[in-house]
Amino acid sequence: MENKATRNLYTIPYVIWVAFFVIAPILLVLYYSFQDLDGNFSLTNYRNFFTPIYLEMTLSSFWYAFLITLITLLFAYPIAYLLTKLKHKQLWLLLIIVPSWINLLLKAYAFLGIFGTYGMANKFLETIGIGSKQLLFTDFSFVFVSVYIFIPFMILPIFNALDKLNPTYLDAANDLGASRWTTFRRIVFPLTIDGVKAGCQITFIPALSLFMLTRLIAGSQVITLGTAIEQQFLVTQNWGMGSTIAVFLIIFMFIIMFATGTKRRRARG
Amino acid sequence: MKQLIRLAVVIIAVSAILLVAISRLNASQGYSGSNTLTVYNWGDYIDPAVIDEFEKETGITVVYETFDSNEAMMTKIQQGGTSYDVAVPSEYTIEKMKEEDLLLPIDHSKVPNLKNIDSRFMDLAFDPGNEYSVPYFWGTVGIVYNTKQIDGIEFNSWEDLWDPALKNKIVLIDGAREIVGMGLNSLHYSLNDTDPEHLQEAYDKLVSLKPNVRALLGDENKLLMASGEVSIGITWSGDASEIMAENEDLDYVVPEEGSNLWFDNMVIPKTAKNIDAAHEFINFMLDPKIAAQNTEYVSYSTPNKEALQYMPEEMVNDERFYPPPELTDRLEVYENLGKENLARYNELFLKFKME
Repeated sequence: MENKATRNLYTIPYVIWVAFFVIAPILLVLYYSFQDLDGNFSLTNYRNFFTPIYLEMTLSSFWYAFLITLITLLFAYPIAYLLTKLKHKQLWLLLIIVPSWINLLLKAYAFLGIFGTYGMANKFLETIGIGSKQLLFTDFSFVFVSVYIFIPFMILPIFNALDKLNPTYLDAANDLGASRWTTFRRIVFPLTIDGVKAGCQITFIPALSLFMLTRLIAGSQVITLGTAIEQQFLVTQNWGMGSTIAVFLIIFMFIIMFATGTKRRRARG
Repeated sequence: MKQLIRLAVVIIAVSAILLVAISRLNASQGYSGSNTLTVYNWGDYIDPAVIDEFEKETGITVVYETFDSNEAMMTKIQQGGTSYDVAVPSEYTIEKMKEEDLLLPIDHSKVPNLKNIDSRFMDLAFDPGNEYSVPYFWGTVGIVYNTKQIDGIEFNSWEDLWDPALKNKIVLIDGAREIVGMGLNSLHYSLNDTDPEHLQEAYDKLVSLKPNVRALLGDENKLLMASGEVSIGITWSGDASEIMAENEDLDYVVPEEGSNLWFDNMVIPKTAKNIDAAHEFINFMLDPKIAAQNTEYVSYSTPNKEALQYMPEEMVNDERFYPPPELTDRLEVYENLGKENLARYNELFLKFKME
């Protein structure tokens, strides 16, 4: 009996947290999304969302988030794999994690200098004979900086999954004559897929709503849903439209979580 | 469980020590006194030495906070929970704040230095009789360009920006009113125009500028222009004079078709706690010598006529920043267009950015 009572006690903080900081804000966003500029109930905002301008913005947000996630994954997986093979792997991992402790804004400003016409990146390009290019305020620099920012978050779950992998499976595969590629494809990757999914979620979802980098690094040439929300709230003061975009963003996030969520594995006989 | 409790105790103890340390530190800086004044201003928009002088002279402690857009400032005051005693919005925001009943009237008998303000800048349409606001700085919107990097183009009009030779060279302000207004001005329309057809024309005109646009930025552009990274920028006169002081290749021009004339003004928000100190502060800022010192630091244009005599002559005689009345007559002040029209401006601006 007491066990049950204490368990109930433990649920209180959780319930309070979820009620005030998850459910209440979502309901508020939903409520505002049905208000037009004069505060009357209306569906105008939803109708507005399905005009070419917002649909195009949604598509381009998804495209960039997809690109960023893909490139991050392509770098993160081999890095995580290498890390598990090293001697002082926790130390090496720490070195990759540490930059993520630095404020995002500071890093963005640093890239303004690095990618500038007279910055280090262009000096390097000139030295190797390619010649200076306009790097700042391009799609390339936007994706590059985003990938740089998200890589630690992608490496961490993949590293954990790889680290937990039982090495005897690999020996067994080897003994049974599997090639290295087959071992990777049939054993390593399927057993670490949960890490990959977690990494993709943690990259893709924030990437959908990146807004500061779109101005600082992409010079407002890339517009994401996050940028639009910021503008609706702070500039236009059209809270209704901002909320409507947020509602769609929340729906997209749920879909992604659902699609990449870890399903309970059935016990195999 | 034991460990958990121990950990909790440690965290609480550390927090308590920090709390005591903070209050001690604040006390040593005089923040504990009840006579404090909270000023809410744009970033980098006052000479810190002026605040020190005010504190020394009056014994009032100043808490200084900053914002980076009129809208963000207004939202924060609207939300309540703040105790800003003095804020510095631009003119069209003052109109909005008046409508929303967010301002307290200014008692002119407590601000005798108001007489120092040039009458050109008093009693303007956004606040008749200066009931709620006192001018702080004013300026224009125009083109800053690097004379070393741009050859053979004399910037006199907005039209010059459309020159195909300027491909990928222009950095615009990330602001809907400024950029849509520029489009309207380039077509010789008013920058307060709300006619949908004119707005569409302005939008089409702006889209044809897109190949020349390299980016749309905020304050970051000051840094990039000063370093020579960017050769043409659309910006506010004060920012222009600040970066021109750093890089002498830069020049500033207000296009002949017309542009925006703006005023930032000191107001007392409804949330004010220390109304007497607020009046004292406003009066102090209008003192000719203080205004002169502040203007030299901020480098925007001061509306304080008496302050001009204490400022360096080359600053006062610079027509780019103290344009004669013939020029200011051609410029327009932003009117509050209402939420609906502002939303239309923003929609067009968003579309322009996505092009």
